[in-house]
Amino acid sequence: MLIALMPKARLVRSAGNDQREGAVELAVAHETIARWQFGVTTVYHFLFVPLTISLAATVAGLETAWVRTGKEKYFHATKFWGKLFLINIAMGVVTGIVQEFQFGMNWSDYSRFVGDVFGAPLAMEALIAFFFESTFIGLWIFGWDKLPKKIHCACIWMVSIGTVLSAYFILAANSWMQHPVGYAVDKATGKARLTDITKVLFQDTTLVVVFHTLTAAFLTGAAFMVGIASYHLVRARRAAAAGEVTADQRKKVATMRTSLRVGLAMAVVAGLGTAISGDTLAKVMFEQQPMKMAAAEALWDTQSPAPFSVFAVGDVTKGHNSVELEVPAALSFLAKSDFSSAVPGINNTAEAEAAKYGGKPAGYIPNVFVTYWGFRLMIGFGMTSFVAGLIGLWTTRRRFLLAPEFRTEDDEAPRLMLTRTREMGPFLTKWSWRIGIWTMGFPLIANSFGWVFTEMGRQPWAVFGLMTTADAVSPNVNAATQVGALATFTLLYAILAVIEVRLLAKYASAGPVTSEQPPAKDPTLRGPSSAEDAEKPLAFAY
Amino acid sequence: MQLHDVWFVLIAVLWIGYFFLEGFDFGIGVLTKLLARNTAERRVLINTIGPVWDGNEVWLLTAGGATFAAFPDWYATLFSGFYLPLLAILVCLIVRGVAFEYRAKRTEERWQRNWEHAVFWTSLLPAFLWGVAFANIVHGVAIDEHKNYVGGVLDLLSPYALLGGLVTLALFTFHGAVFASLKTVGEIRDRARAAARWLGLATAVAAAGFLAWTQAHQGTGWSLAALLVAVLALAVALAANQLGREGWAFTFSGLTVVAAVAMLFLSLFPDVMPSTLNSSWSLTVENAASSPYTLKLMTVIAAVFTPLVLLYQGWTYWVFRKRIGVQHLPAVHTTDH
Ligand code: HDD
Ligand code: HEM
Ligand code: HEM
Repeated sequence: MLIALMPKARLVRSAGNDQREGAVELAVAHETIARWQFGVTTVYHFLFVPLTISLAATVAGLETAWVRTGKEKYFHATKFWGKLFLINIAMGVVTGIVQEFQFGMNWSDYSRFVGDVFGAPLAMEALIAFFFESTFIGLWIFGWDKLPKKIHCACIWMVSIGTVLSAYFILAANSWMQHPVGYAVDKATGKARLTDITKVLFQDTTLVVVFHTLTAAFLTGAAFMVGIASYHLVRARRAAAAGEVTADQRKKVATMRTSLRVGLAMAVVAGLGTAISGDTLAKVMFEQQPMKMAAAEALWDTQSPAPFSVFAVGDVTKGHNSVELEVPAALSFLAKSDFSSAVPGINNTAEAEAAKYGGKPAGYIPNVFVTYWGFRLMIGFGMTSFVAGLIGLWTTRRRFLLAPEFRTEDDEAPRLMLTRTREMGPFLTKWSWRIGIWTMGFPLIANSFGWVFTEMGRQPWAVFGLMTTADAVSPNVNAATQVGALATFTLLYAILAVIEVRLLAKYASAGPVTSEQPPAKDPTLRGPSSAEDAEKPLAFAY
Repeated sequence: MQLHDVWFVLIAVLWIGYFFLEGFDFGIGVLTKLLARNTAERRVLINTIGPVWDGNEVWLLTAGGATFAAFPDWYATLFSGFYLPLLAILVCLIVRGVAFEYRAKRTEERWQRNWEHAVFWTSLLPAFLWGVAFANIVHGVAIDEHKNYVGGVLDLLSPYALLGGLVTLALFTFHGAVFASLKTVGEIRDRARAAARWLGLATAVAAAGFLAWTQAHQGTGWSLAALLVAVLALAVALAANQLGREGWAFTFSGLTVVAAVAMLFLSLFPDVMPSTLNSSWSLTVENAASSPYTLKLMTVIAAVFTPLVLLYQGWTYWVFRKRIGVQHLPAVHTTDH
């Protein structure tokens, strides 16, 4: 494929000004604050969600491995990743509460208009998914000495199913905003009415978005595991070099090696899935929201075949750019699976939308800068972790030892290999571990950019083609109140972020507690008799 | 009975479930300062609700989500109108959840003490504010012809509403004390019973005033019946507490909550949020409801899943049925979970 680095003549355009004209200045402020608040609280919520989804499933898998094999390393891995999972999910839960209510608080006209359709998946999420997660997680946390291990393991699987269902329902709701289906607008009330729930739950947008978000979530968890495991393995190497290897460290290394391999494998599978689903999603979006994808490419004018812009120097909001790295015809392929199709540009799409919905074309153009760079940063950060995972899986593929000091029978250990027989030099070895550590947060960043791109690329619409964001805000909430709320959430979330990151760092760097042991006797479902149990301490307490 | 009436009942059931369950949660939170004498006892109290508080809170999320789906206008008017009180509740619920989870994650005394303060205040404030909010819903607020609340935040703090807040605060704390006496052993259990006696009497005084006021203002025959059940249940709960029958005391303190909340919903029906400006602007079960299709769909979902939820949540309470006391707390250095 041809890659061209070409300077472009700069075409200055007057478009790209996305302020709707005629709007009262105050109303704009009102809308802007509400949007900022939604953006802050939702992006923050979504920092915890991907880790929750992926770690729940991983911990469930590790506990299953322990239940089936009885191997200690799986028990320690379950406990260790479970602890980090719990620190993380606590924040996911409490920030989710805000999400449930802020539609009514800040977006009351939106809620009135769409409640009939949008409320249904939201209520299903609470009734089906949230009860599941929250109840079984209590059983899992406190139930180590109360439940037979198979039942205990089933509890974390229930939590995992709950997290996936939760993602599914909320994404169905969000997909309906991206692409409304299965509804009719009531003539008398002017409100959207649900006519077919199966369309909302099973439309292509929903299915592809769920696939893409879940794979992205697993990529996030994978990078997190790889990073932390690499950190411990590097530390163990140092300890080994200094000749201080304890039994405790041996166990830690066994646990972390397994975790590293699980993480690497997950990164490869999930990364591949993310790319495939992302490509599918792009095709769906070219159909349903051509403006979003044109803006994602800063493709101002329709082209056939259309190139894919890898990056650009200069202001993408001003039309074409001075320096640009393009892959010819690749955008045509991303959009339509062939190398020649025309891809509609921003100006043409804006004119088409203005003709359809009224108003000026400029009013239909989202923030091109954010959309363009959000798309690139999503792909760039996320795919870096995928590539790192691929390299890591290859270099650690052989069942060799990290260092002979750590040899135990069932080691499947990563010694970093260059070829089948040749080890990497000390320099490379040192750096390749660090890559894992440095990139551990990359998919998290990718996720945030992905959502910012999705949501801002949909503007000016709150519900595509049906309701603009400006019409969605609560008319009776004054700006001062909203500023107060925005400041409150931002401050509170910032404080909680510091607390959470410190706790995670503390427990992540402490590593598995290798002295921890499962209950000596597998509990029965009836529980111990009260005489046996009377003075026994709890296995876990807050 | 039409579908939107069914949904009025279901929403009432969800709120009742929420106040029954999170009611004693909030009570336990408040009691960590009133009842516990040291860190170990505070820990015992917190751990009586440890495995269940999150599941209890989901009743609120479900009530919110179900209101959104079944009565979009009610959801929109309520949460945009009661913006600031709701903001305060949300902040409390955020901090409270984190406090439970993170308190024992470090052993420094200051860390733990700060989270314990947080547990107390973030339990007390919502327990009070929910009463204020419900008093306003039942009483009616300034709603204009576009279904928007046009009053100020101070209008929500009328004497009637403040009294409502005191009632829920006292009632939940009483309910929590009864729960504590049911779930603990040792000295703290005796103190919980003694506290329950005083809290029950305080609840009786506040609730009698508030419920009588409500009944006089907009009561019906049904709401009067619910009021009588609430009063009777409170009396039985107090008597059972006195006799040391903790299981019965809890059953009846719970019934008090159920009947009191039911009474509020019964005096509300068929409105869901009356307007004090013009009664024709009131939100009712009819003009705030979703379409029949959505209501029917949600009825099927609720009919299938609500019993399931009750089943597995009930099982959780059975699994964690053991009483706990200070002797059961794991040593501090092993709390590094
Ligand atoms: C680790 C994270 C990650 C990675 C590596 C990718 N994505 Fe992505 N992407 C997301 C995380 C994400 C996301 C945050 O999860 C979004 C936001 C909304 C959604 O459904 O998923 C998203 C949205 C999103 C959308 C917008 C969908 C909409 O508007 O509803 C498109 C077109 C793509 N992605 C395409 C891709 C392509 C072609 C990728 C390249 C391989 C890619 N994504 C990698
Ligand atoms: C969890 C991932 C999500 C993230 C990170 C996210 C992010 C954002 C951001 C950044 C905005 C502000 C857009 C702007 O300022 O132009 C926004 C707006 C909005 N999003 Fe999302 N969103 C997410 C999911 C959802 C979901 C699942 C829904 C629906 C259930 C939703 C509904 C909305 C609404 C109602 C707005 C306000 C209207 C608007 O500005 O478009 N979002 N979101
Ligand atoms: C803007 C729309 C959103 C709303 C209204 C919302 C609501 C909530 C609520 C109320 C909780 C707490 C549940 C509990 O107490 O157990 C929560 C947690 C969670 N949400 Fe969100 N959320 C939103 C966005 C998202 C998105 C986009 C996803 C996934 C793709 C998601 C997935 C989850 C998961 C996995 C949890 C953690 C599990 C749990 O806390 O129980 N949420 N969300």
